[in-house]
Amino acid sequence: MGEMNWRVFFEQAPSGGGATYLDWTLQGLKLTVLLAMASWCIALVWGSVMGVFRTLPNRILYGISTAYVEVFRNVPLLVQLFIWYFVMPELVPAGLGDWFKQIDPFLQQFLAATLCLGFFTGARICEQVRAGIESLAKGQKAAGLALGFTLRQTYDYVLLPMAFRIIIPTLASEMVNLVKNSAVASTIALLELAAMGKQLLDYTARAYESFMAVTLLYIAVNLVVLGFMRFLEGKARVPGFIGGGGR
Amino acid sequence: MYDFDWSSVRPALPFMWDGMKVTLKITVLAMSVGIALGTVIAMVRLSKNRALSAFSASYVNLFRSVPLIMVLLWFSLIVPDVIARLFNLSRMANVQVISAMVAFSLFQAAYYAEIIRAGIQSVKSGQIGAALALGMTFGQAMRLVVLPQAFRNMTPLLLTQTIILFQDTSLVYVMQVRDFFGAANIVGTRDGRQVEMILFAGAVYFVACFVLSKLVKRWQERLRVVAT
Repeated sequence: MGEMNWRVFFEQAPSGGGATYLDWTLQGLKLTVLLAMASWCIALVWGSVMGVFRTLPNRILYGISTAYVEVFRNVPLLVQLFIWYFVMPELVPAGLGDWFKQIDPFLQQFLAATLCLGFFTGARICEQVRAGIESLAKGQKAAGLALGFTLRQTYDYVLLPMAFRIIIPTLASEMVNLVKNSAVASTIALLELAAMGKQLLDYTARAYESFMAVTLLYIAVNLVVLGFMRFLEGKARVPGFIGGGGR
Repeated sequence: MYDFDWSSVRPALPFMWDGMKVTLKITVLAMSVGIALGTVIAMVRLSKNRALSAFSASYVNLFRSVPLIMVLLWFSLIVPDVIARLFNLSRMANVQVISAMVAFSLFQAAYYAEIIRAGIQSVKSGQIGAALALGMTFGQAMRLVVLPQAFRNMTPLLLTQTIILFQDTSLVYVMQVRDFFGAANIVGTRDGRQVEMILFAGAVYFVACFVLSKLVKRWQERLRVVAT
């Protein structure tokens, strides 16, 4: 075990180009942040659309969104990732599958992980958007329609602006979950932060320093996310709603 | 179009069942220890002692802000060595499984503790006052009055968390522990039938979790009716 030696991070890493182990660590951090942001975009857009579908008086759209939520919430994240990475390329039309298999391996991993995390998180955002819409007084929708808005306009101008502001706190914890869940990408050899922690350990044989640095970076990223969302929550607070309706 | 060949599934069932036993063992143990430890953490957190309360708050926050995979890697690559050195043991063959059980128990305890804390707080404070007025000690009031009601209210949430735990056990993949999914994946790579085996494993998880979560939901609705 011995003494801690944090100077190890300033030693040259064997990847060349004068990179230190610190550069490696930051590289892993960058990839984790990138992965989380890319999948957040998918999750937010897709999850919102599905969440609205869950509240519409249309049986087919309701059925599709319900099936989506049930499937993506009841299959483990790791299995979903393996499905995106190993199974999908075989099942999609041959042209698309072949294209995927001959692109850069890093891109393959990143694409699979982004899609996986995006649709996994989307299922949870879907439920939050639905809950946000359902938490509004029924009169709001009726009032919108009575004023001559179409259903589409009622959602755009009345329901969604309120619902999204109400669910900001739950979206914040979902973002934190996404950052944590992104570590699953290490299982398909994407060198994000967790995988980098393992690589650092392999190369430096400094178990404590490697893992502690990586663990602290995860905590730091999550604190930044929570801080930013709290700021956003303050900006978007609706007068008359005390806690913003979070759980 | 891909040619499915499901013939690998049948002969591999006993092998996968062995994996499922590992999955269930970890789930059940982590659930029992997690709920017991979580109850203690929640009660300590709500106690008047500031230092103890802060300690359990940091325990919960620490585990909740670190990815489960990171925790598992700690327990796979670092903790076993420390334990082996501390107790002068040679590293046992099944140390990874034990390590996984400990990791999941400690990790889940943080999540259970938050549910249990909310459950305890949902019991009206007059109840504990009444219990104390009747001459009960604080411990008796907790054990006989508050906790039974709290647990009744939060059982659905605890079960939902356990379903998540059941899914998360698949991550022991990173510890080279052969659980249900690990077994299915091994068969898949061996036979060149990864597509079928991954889909089969996914289907098993889906059916189990879907049915369980529907049962929990039904129970939750029944509780609500009784409560009002």
